[in-house]
Amino acid sequence: MHRRLFRLAGGALAACLVSLSAQAAGDPEAGQQIVMKGDGQGAPCVACHGLDGAGNDAGGFPRLAGMDADYLAHQIRSYNDGSRVSPIMQPNVTKLSEQQIQDVAAYYAGQEVVASTQPAEPDAAEMALGRKLVERGDWSAYIPSCDSCHGPGALGVGADFPMLAGQHPTYIAQQLRAWQAGTRHNDPNLLMTGVAERLSDAQIDAVAAYLSRLPVTVSGGQ
Amino acid sequence: MKTTWYAMLLALVAAPLQAQDVKVPVNLPPMPEGKYVHEAPTLEDLEADESINPELKKVILKGRDMFINTQQFRGEYVFNDLSCSSCHLGEGKLNWSGPVWPAVTTLPDFRGKNQHVNSLEERIAGCFSFSMNGTPPEYGSDDMLALAAYHQWVATNAPVYERNIGGRGFGHLGREMPADISYEKGQVVYEANCAICHGEDGAGQKKDGQVVFPPLWGDGSYNWGAGMVRVYTAASFIKNNMPLGKPGSLSDADAWNVALYINSQERPQDPRYTGDAKETREKYLNFHKYSMYGTERDGRTLGQHDNTGSKPFLKPAALKPRTFE
Repeated sequence: MHRRLFRLAGGALAACLVSLSAQAAGDPEAGQQIVMKGDGQGAPCVACHGLDGAGNDAGGFPRLAGMDADYLAHQIRSYNDGSRVSPIMQPNVTKLSEQQIQDVAAYYAGQEVVASTQPAEPDAAEMALGRKLVERGDWSAYIPSCDSCHGPGALGVGADFPMLAGQHPTYIAQQLRAWQAGTRHNDPNLLMTGVAERLSDAQIDAVAAYLSRLPVTVSGGQ
Repeated sequence: MKTTWYAMLLALVAAPLQAQDVKVPVNLPPMPEGKYVHEAPTLEDLEADESINPELKKVILKGRDMFINTQQFRGEYVFNDLSCSSCHLGEGKLNWSGPVWPAVTTLPDFRGKNQHVNSLEERIAGCFSFSMNGTPPEYGSDDMLALAAYHQWVATNAPVYERNIGGRGFGHLGREMPADISYEKGQVVYEANCAICHGEDGAGQKKDGQVVFPPLWGDGSYNWGAGMVRVYTAASFIKNNMPLGKPGSLSDADAWNVALYINSQERPQDPRYTGDAKETREKYLNFHKYSMYGTERDGRTLGQHDNTGSKPFLKPAALKPRTFE
C-alpha cells in the first residue's frame, strides 16, 4: 500500500476517528539501538523480545519479528495511552518519543520471522477445534473466523489486523483474555473485543494452540 | 435490563448471545412468534451422517467449497472479487444474513425480478449473473449440481413451501427509504465504521492476491442488477451483519444512510442494460425503484456507462425469459 492510513478509534465513539499518515517511516538502525538500550529508564526490548524479535512463549512475550510496523507502533502508543494495560510493558516504553516508537517498530518489522516452536505432539481434538475457529468460526456463538479479518492463513492484513500465524500460544491466549477483562481495548471499533468476549476458555486455548502452529510463509520486512 | 418471560424464552430457544455485561452485544431482531426457524446441519453432522452416500457427501462438500471460495472460478463464472459467502455469512446458514436454504424449499416459484417461475438452479444463476458479475455454471452441469446439492443439504428437515420463515432474506427494515435518508451522513458512517476493512475507495482489501474484505463498489463489486443495489437490501444486511461481529451496532438510520452512500457509487453495468440507464431503470422499475441506478448524483446519471468490469460481455446467456404459453 502506498498510502497507509492508521486509525485509532477512541472510546465508544466510533466517530472519534484520528487519521494520521505513518508515511514518516521509522529508521531500523536507530531502532536497533533502542531495542538494545531501552527508553533510558526501563528494561531494553531485547531482554524479553530478543534482538531477533522472536519473543518467548513461556514468558508470554510475543514475537515481534515480521509484524507490521504500524501495528507495532500502535501497540507502544496504546501502552502509553492506557488502552492496553501491561505492568511489564508500561514502565519500559513511557520515555520513547514518537520517532523512537516508529524506529523500534521498523526494526522489529524488518526481522526475519521465526515461528513459535511447539511440542511435536499436539492434542488432535484441540487442533481440530482451533482449526475450525480459525477457518470457519463458530456462528452458533456468533464468532466469525480469524481468517475473515486476519487474512488467509492468519498472516495478517495491513496495520489493523496483525499476523497471528506462528505467534506464541501463551501470548495469544493472554491477549484474548485481556480483551475479555477489558485490560486491552486498543482495537479499532471494538472489532476484536466482540469476538474475544464470546470465546470460551477451551476455544481460547484451542485457537491459540492452532494459530501458533500455522506456517509463517512471509519473509521479514514489509 | 428487565428480564421478561419472553426474553427468557428467547434465550432458551435461540442461542443465548446476550450476556449482561458484554461490551459488544449481538443485537439481532427478535424472531417473531410463529415463524419457522431453521436449524441447518453442521459440517460435523455431514461427516458423521452414515445415511448419506459417500458420493453425495463428496458432491455436497464440493458445493460447499464452491460457495465459500467462489473466487476459484474467477474468470469462469465470477468476474468480480466476491464469493457467495461474502453476503451469505456463516456458510449460507446464518439467519438475517440471507440464508440460502429457503431457495430450496420455496422454489419453483414466480419471482418478480424476472417475471417468471424460477427453479433453484435459475435462482443460483441469478446470483452469478448479478451479484458475482459473471455467468453461471451450465444448468445440469457437475458444478451446478454440486452447488444445488449443498443448498439442499443446508435445507435438511426444512418444510417444503413453508413461507413463514424467520430471519430470511435482507428486508427487516422495510423497503421504503426513510424520508430523511442522507448520503452525506452515510459517508460519515462509512468512514467511521466500514473504511477500515473495505477501504476509503470501497475497493476492499486483498492479501497475497486473495480477497479478504470484499469490494463494496467499483469493478470488483456486485453489478447494478444485483439485489444488494436495492438500498433496503443493503441497509438490512448492514444492520444485522456489519461491522463483522457487531450485528445491530449501527442505528437503523445509520444503516440506511450508509447503504445509500455505498449504493450511490459506480459499479459494473446491469446485464439488462438497454444502452440507457434511465430507460433501463424504467423498464425494470419494480426492481430499480429501490436502487439509485439511473438517478442523478453529482451531475451524473448513475449507471450510464459501458463498463462491465473485468467481465468481457454484458449479458450472460443464462438470463432469458421463460414462458408456458
